[in-house]
Amino acid sequence: MNTTKPQSIKTNPFLPEPARIVRTYDLTDDVRFFQVRIADMEKALSFRNRPGQFVMISVLGAGEAPFSISSTPSRPGLLEFCIRKTGIVTDALFRIKENDLIGLRGPYGNGFPVDNMVDKDILIVMGGLGAAPLRSVLLYCLDNRDQFGRIILLHGAKRPAEMIFRDEFLSMKERDDLECYLSVDEDDSGQWTDNIGVVTTLFPKLESIDPANTYALVCGPPIMYKFVLKELVNLHIPKDQILMTLERRMKCGVGKCGHCAIDYIYTCLDGPVFTYWDVLHMRELI
Amino acid sequence: MRIVKLHKSNLMSFLEEISQESELWAPVKKYEDKHIFKNIEDFDQIDLDYTRTILPPKKLLFPPSFRMYEATPKKFHADFSHISKKTLFGVHPCDIHGLLIMEQFFKQSYEDPYFSEARKNLTIIGHSCWPDEHCLCRSTQTHIVEEGYDLFFTDLDKNYLVWIGSSHGDDLIQLKPDIFDEDVTEKDIQQFMRWREERDKAFQSEIQFEAMPDLMELKLGDSVWEELGEACLACGSCTSVCPTCNCYNVRDNPVLGKEASDITRCWDACTLENYSAVAGGENFREKKSDRLKLWYTHKLQAFISKYGKPACVGCGRCVATCPVDINIKTVAQSLQGEKVDAFWRRLNQEVTQ
Repeated sequence: MNTTKPQSIKTNPFLPEPARIVRTYDLTDDVRFFQVRIADMEKALSFRNRPGQFVMISVLGAGEAPFSISSTPSRPGLLEFCIRKTGIVTDALFRIKENDLIGLRGPYGNGFPVDNMVDKDILIVMGGLGAAPLRSVLLYCLDNRDQFGRIILLHGAKRPAEMIFRDEFLSMKERDDLECYLSVDEDDSGQWTDNIGVVTTLFPKLESIDPANTYALVCGPPIMYKFVLKELVNLHIPKDQILMTLERRMKCGVGKCGHCAIDYIYTCLDGPVFTYWDVLHMRELI
Repeated sequence: MRIVKLHKSNLMSFLEEISQESELWAPVKKYEDKHIFKNIEDFDQIDLDYTRTILPPKKLLFPPSFRMYEATPKKFHADFSHISKKTLFGVHPCDIHGLLIMEQFFKQSYEDPYFSEARKNLTIIGHSCWPDEHCLCRSTQTHIVEEGYDLFFTDLDKNYLVWIGSSHGDDLIQLKPDIFDEDVTEKDIQQFMRWREERDKAFQSEIQFEAMPDLMELKLGDSVWEELGEACLACGSCTSVCPTCNCYNVRDNPVLGKEASDITRCWDACTLENYSAVAGGENFREKKSDRLKLWYTHKLQAFISKYGKPACVGCGRCVATCPVDINIKTVAQSLQGEKVDAFWRRLNQEVTQ
């Protein structure tokens, strides 16, 4: 057989980079925080991503899956993820210890249009694990605070113990350049001093919004979208300024495997960030 | 494009010459009326009197299963060892169009090095064909082909007219220059024109593809999808045999006895149940009707919006393959409002009676 060796493979988008788990700890019962650095120092420092993008993470013997980046590109060198234990790859990730190696490739996807958001008011609505991708854009805006108008954060969790990055968000309430509203559906701890109720109960607390000048960013469980979108439309925020980041099955991240296709778009290339108008336009999105 | 002539008696000696330099793949009869593209060991096996093979030639560029890389804790080693120099002989225009669509897809944005490397090592020699009742390539405008091949043979009784489609194709002619006749006569031309005319008349099936994007949009909520979904076996055959279906899955297969895995790419099908299932139990397309909609949206609407042509090359494989007659023809007819007496209805009746 004539076995041909490839002459010059420019790049192979499917080959991961070895990356090291630098730090990991539990955020809640089933969500863990991972701080990761690409093993090759030069590549670690030259890694550039946009808030809202994702990477493919692989664990030897378990496979590969997409994960949103929770850290901000304004603090380069380390990548952070909050990951719920929910399948084969995440089960394997939970068995991994600090200093172990994983595979990582990316970043992929469109991410949030942060350039268009400059000078605008930013309203971030997160529910549960929706904090994972939105923390990236929140920290990015706060790190570049003078480039944005008002920054408003609404964060809902089921119970205080299930609020991801609870301490980080609680301390953000101290800031006077951020309007931070937190809520839990129910308080079983008896120590929650903030709002109790679903995330939409926070909307009446907001000071009046300048809708045309506002970008709303939403991520949360499917049920949350229905109610939050209604609130945002009631506030008259234009449908193409309501941004949401979506989840799909992905096997490649680079528009080849087909799993994340919806109509003629690929969630991995054209998403995962879509506007509410996209969602209305492409019926299968949510 | 330069056109030369080859007497049929010289074909085998030409193929022998070619097979010195690369594996020769050509149509071979598998069962009574089923052909496959196969690596040729014995030239007598080649059977050019075929309409369509079971699997399209995409399997040569995008094998049903292959190792992309070996993963170890510290390193990832790309594996291109499945790629070898191949010549595909006897491929029909529709399938060449299929390969062109695949190439466009795999090379755009993030270029797939596995596809590109396999394509670089593939010589394509086309062959003319005659339509049967399932062929729809005239509706998709893929019954003739002007690019995507190195040589193309048109069968005219005693001779082949040979289109030279690439610089590499010209090199192949130069392997045995004395058997190719540069002198294509007026008589040959007349014979070719007659052949074209008669072949054009031989088509028995057609679909109006122009209306499909609008019809798909207008009928996305139509009950026809539920009916089709009820009938669909979710077997994935339609995607395996489709020349433009490119979806795949990736598996991590641990290697016994060492800390390593073979990361394998294998064909997947959007009609299979778990295609859109994510960790945690959510399945975005649990219903068969939703998965069929996805398949036909891709073929009849999305691809047209993006590339200006349907992701169907009219090969008729889905028509010949689907056990319950859900195919590009019956779906298009249903969307056009025709009552399609699909096999599954007959099947249903037989079972209930």
